[in-house]
Amino acid sequence: MDGLQTLENILQSLVAGVLIGAMYGLMCVGLTIIFGVMRVINFAQGEFMMLGMYFAYFCFAWFGSWAFFDGVWFPFMLALLAGPALFVLGMALHRSLIHSVTGRQASGLEAQGHYAQLVLTLGIALVLQNGGLFLFGSSPVSVSNELSYSAWEWGPMVGDRVSVFVNQAQTIAAILAVVVVSAFGLLMARTRLGKSLRAAADNPDAATYMGINVDRAHRMAFGFGVGITAIGGGLLATNISFQPYIGTEYVIIMYAGVVLGGLGSIRGAFLGGLTIGILQQVSAIILPNQLQNTVIFVCFLLIILLRPQGFFGRRERIA
Amino acid sequence: MNLATLSGLKRDSLHIGVFALVYAVLAFLVSNSYYQLIMTIVPVWAVMGVSWNLLSGYSGLISFGHAAFFGLGAYLVALCLVVWELNPWLTIVLATLAGGAAGLLVGLPTFRLRGHYFALAMLAYPLALLYVFEWLGYQEVALPMHREAPVLFMQFENGRWHILLGLALLVAALLTSSAVAHSRFGMALLAIKLDEDAAEAAGINTLKWKLAAITVSAAIAGAAGGFYAVVLLVVTPLAVFGMLVSAQALIFAMFGGVGTLWGPVLGAFVLVPLSELLYARYAADFPGIQGVVYGIAIIVVILFAPQGLLLKLQAWRKPGQVRLLGSTAATADFGAGDELLVVPPIPDENPHDNPVLAVTALSKAFGGLQATNDLSFSVRHGELLGIIGPNGAGKTTLFNLLNGFIPPDAGQIRFHGQPLGRQRPNRRCALGMARTFQVPRPFTHLSVLDNVVLGAYVHADSRQQAVRYASAAVQLVGLHDLHDYPAANLTTKELRLMELARALASRPTLILVDEILAGLDAVAMQDMLAVLRKVRALGITVLIIEHSMQAMVQLVDRFIVLDHGAMLAEGIPDVIVRDPAVIEAYLGKKWLQGTEKRAAAGAARTKGEPGHE
Repeated sequence: MDGLQTLENILQSLVAGVLIGAMYGLMCVGLTIIFGVMRVINFAQGEFMMLGMYFAYFCFAWFGSWAFFDGVWFPFMLALLAGPALFVLGMALHRSLIHSVTGRQASGLEAQGHYAQLVLTLGIALVLQNGGLFLFGSSPVSVSNELSYSAWEWGPMVGDRVSVFVNQAQTIAAILAVVVVSAFGLLMARTRLGKSLRAAADNPDAATYMGINVDRAHRMAFGFGVGITAIGGGLLATNISFQPYIGTEYVIIMYAGVVLGGLGSIRGAFLGGLTIGILQQVSAIILPNQLQNTVIFVCFLLIILLRPQGFFGRRERIA
Repeated sequence: MNLATLSGLKRDSLHIGVFALVYAVLAFLVSNSYYQLIMTIVPVWAVMGVSWNLLSGYSGLISFGHAAFFGLGAYLVALCLVVWELNPWLTIVLATLAGGAAGLLVGLPTFRLRGHYFALAMLAYPLALLYVFEWLGYQEVALPMHREAPVLFMQFENGRWHILLGLALLVAALLTSSAVAHSRFGMALLAIKLDEDAAEAAGINTLKWKLAAITVSAAIAGAAGGFYAVVLLVVTPLAVFGMLVSAQALIFAMFGGVGTLWGPVLGAFVLVPLSELLYARYAADFPGIQGVVYGIAIIVVILFAPQGLLLKLQAWRKPGQVRLLGSTAATADFGAGDELLVVPPIPDENPHDNPVLAVTALSKAFGGLQATNDLSFSVRHGELLGIIGPNGAGKTTLFNLLNGFIPPDAGQIRFHGQPLGRQRPNRRCALGMARTFQVPRPFTHLSVLDNVVLGAYVHADSRQQAVRYASAAVQLVGLHDLHDYPAANLTTKELRLMELARALASRPTLILVDEILAGLDAVAMQDMLAVLRKVRALGITVLIIEHSMQAMVQLVDRFIVLDHGAMLAEGIPDVIVRDPAVIEAYLGKKWLQGTEKRAAAGAARTKGEPGHE
């Protein structure tokens, strides 16, 4: 492998890393909303991503053959629609299960309910994962179309060498990820709803005295967190194949990004996810494929051990 | 034999023996090889539950990574057999040792983290190992058959020998778990679970006990993994390092009863057969049914019986009698007097010439806030020194620096002439420096006496001795009538007295007392002052932070006044209350007029009640 070839590989990995990292960033934002507002570590987040993927897959399978939906944009629209769909599911799960071990209800439990929250979300993860196996089957599927296999070519940059191929589906997905994150950032910063979420995150008691319904704020936060991660999953589904067990490895990727960015910071989570995406792609140049995830887990351990407050965000704050 | 007279460990051993006997008899009644396999797998998972419980149930640090130790044990046994033909009798012992070593190795960095962060970090270890083993090419390691020597290679014709081996493993794990729970080890873990900082300040070396717990726990998990490989005869990364392994360990313990001896066993004995039978029946149509059963089981338990099935059953059978494992229900020993608490020999050649505590140029800043600013002072032996100052003057920060919760930016602290450097709070407590907290930090689930016993272990060689020290301390502060009350039921004053007793039970030469009078009414305040005078009469040096100048002038020998982290004034009470700088910064102009009135009133009262101090 000569120098130009190496350069091409590095550039190629960086571009792929940024595009995939943007989707990871979006998923990380979903996770960090839940932590930031509710102080709950959600182990089932990977499963909500998986549900977002299957939402896109089944809608595509059912409606994709209708002439009206026969555009290349359809899978991306489905990915965005996975957001509201999972938002509703998240709200329902909060109301029925999560609600009883978080917020006010948790104050009487051992260690403010952290014990209970971790284990409850683990239980939800197990049910969704294995229930998914039953409902969706174990063979890998994907939501690919021609864009997934098309690329824009940049270059050649040096003579007739060093061309970087930019996958079209990944590019569209990454742009949508940035749009969704920005829109959510505006919602948090500008709207009354965003303010009430931030107030509930900052000081639940004071927020209650100011007339904010903290329980409702938590429910909204859980819905938003789940929905946004599901959109990330739906976008990713246009690029990779998946099966019901995919959540477990991605939950670590998400936590790596979120911890890197500082738990609870939206901007930090997005940048953290982006960094993890780049790291994953670049590590593939020198390491065998099977070790890609090991690299992420080791990085995650190093970050959490050496700098648990993260690099980009303020400590345990939201927005 | 009267059960009530047996000690906890002996009683548990008896129960374990009866349980093992019943299970062994059952093993001989069952001849269907499928049921035999289930009867072998159930104790293996029960062992994993016991292993998880020993770390996470006892110490409260949740591990999502026990699969790492289980998987290492399984691969060690499998690969040793494939590569070197080593027999499992030997390699399961090796797996136990390797598991323990891995636990220690994981614990050393990971115990820097607490709570959420610890749980998250633990999740990463087995998953990283899973991919490493796949990459190494061990996707599926089958154990070669050795028909020529079935006993040596644990490949018995009849499956009931596997049941008995699994049972033996479970008995060993249960005995270990019981021994830990009924010792100083278990008490230390319980204290860590209830309040790690308070445990550290009470002289418990929290890092040491946590490392011990993860080592023992991981060793048990390694043994379970090794035996699992022998039984299943095939090892894959997902089966031994997968998320479900860690999850099962946790689920069995939580389902049965977290922090109890039998909880994990109950969990495994209910859930494993249930999920196995459902799997056998419905696996073709519903491949993930085991995971769904476990998931639903744990959701239901968390919502309806968060303490687990066992405690729920006990509470229903005998309400009010449930107690956590590790809590000792110590029997008080009020025979001895206060002399037990008299200061132990001081590690200093001239105790009466050298100051007990010498602070030089101590500084600490939090961002832009200078909480302690170039502070120097010393405390004489037997002195009762008051530290006063307005809110935010850096009083509690000073205590946190002295007792080692936070490191100083600059300056030195000498205790009995020895520089303290970066010694952790438990070491400082062992050297003779005890403290109470501004907001009391009791171990709420424990009785008053047990709370104090936890503080007494620092200088006690045995449990009996710890109980004697604790009893003497409880008696000195006047809580002997309440000694078997749960700390959660105490009033603020009683909580503070209990904290003082916990500090005293460590037989300190110096006690740091943080706002022990705040919010007490006049009568309670006088009681508290009387107790503090008793403490001082034992020869213990006292450093006390307080707001109330009125109460303090009655008590202390000398004052240090802090303002914005720096020393504003120092001297005997009479001088301090007239110091213009102190009046300006802290007391206010009205104080002077007040003092004159009070002095007059005090003089009148003293005439009326001879003998009043």
